Amino acid sequence: MPIKILIPTPLRAYTNKLDTVEVKAATVGDAITVLTSQFSELRKHLYNDEGRLRSFVNVYLNDEDIRFLKKDQTEVSDGDTISIVPSIAGGR
Amino acid sequence: MLRLNDKFAAAIRAHGVETYPHECCGAILGRDAGASREVVGLVPLANRRDDSPRNRFEITADDVRLAEKKARELGCDLVGWYHSHPDAPARPSEFDREHAWPWYSYIIASIEKAEPRAMNSWRLVDDRSHYDAEPIEIIG
Repeated sequence: MPIKILIPTPLRAYTNKLDTVEVKAATVGDAITVLTSQFSELRKHLYNDEGRLRSFVNVYLNDEDIRFLKKDQTEVSDGDTISIVPSIAGGR
Repeated sequence: MLRLNDKFAAAIRAHGVETYPHECCGAILGRDAGASREVVGLVPLANRRDDSPRNRFEITADDVRLAEKKARELGCDLVGWYHSHPDAPARPSEFDREHAWPWYSYIIASIEKAEPRAMNSWRLVDDRSHYDAEPIEIIG
């Protein structure tokens, strides 16, 4: 059984309007890589020019923020769900 | 086109006045119909940026998830975000652009000397190079 990645509404324009994408992967990092390989237009909204996840992009495995797990090396199991959640920042 | 009830417009301005000289922020709930979207609710949120709240705001991922839950409960979408620019124009900064996604409506309310001024809405373009102004239609 593959892993589900929930696509936030603003990014569905880059996943052919899919709200969920299923991938096979061993870690969260692998799963996001597979996702952005399949939908390359997603990359610039998730990663900065240095190839790092943008500071405001947060990734959850089920209900856990992966920063408090093993970050992108967090292992995933069949049936897990990955969520991409922005934090919103800005200012004058 | 962003259709905004005058009571929501007043609520955003009032929030900006209330938190002045700090930035206010919140979520915009609405229904998106492609060419236009209508605001059906606001979720005022705390500015989590304690170190520099006069010129920065932050809504944490937990607060984003809370706003998403509220939208689901109301059967609408989380269509964007609002914040104030104390003593600065109602247009996005470079810092805003670096921290944005397309599709969302970003309403910015200028508050000068604790008085509400211009309020504009902006949408980041697909290539992230700039924002386009999103006209606001105030409805009664």
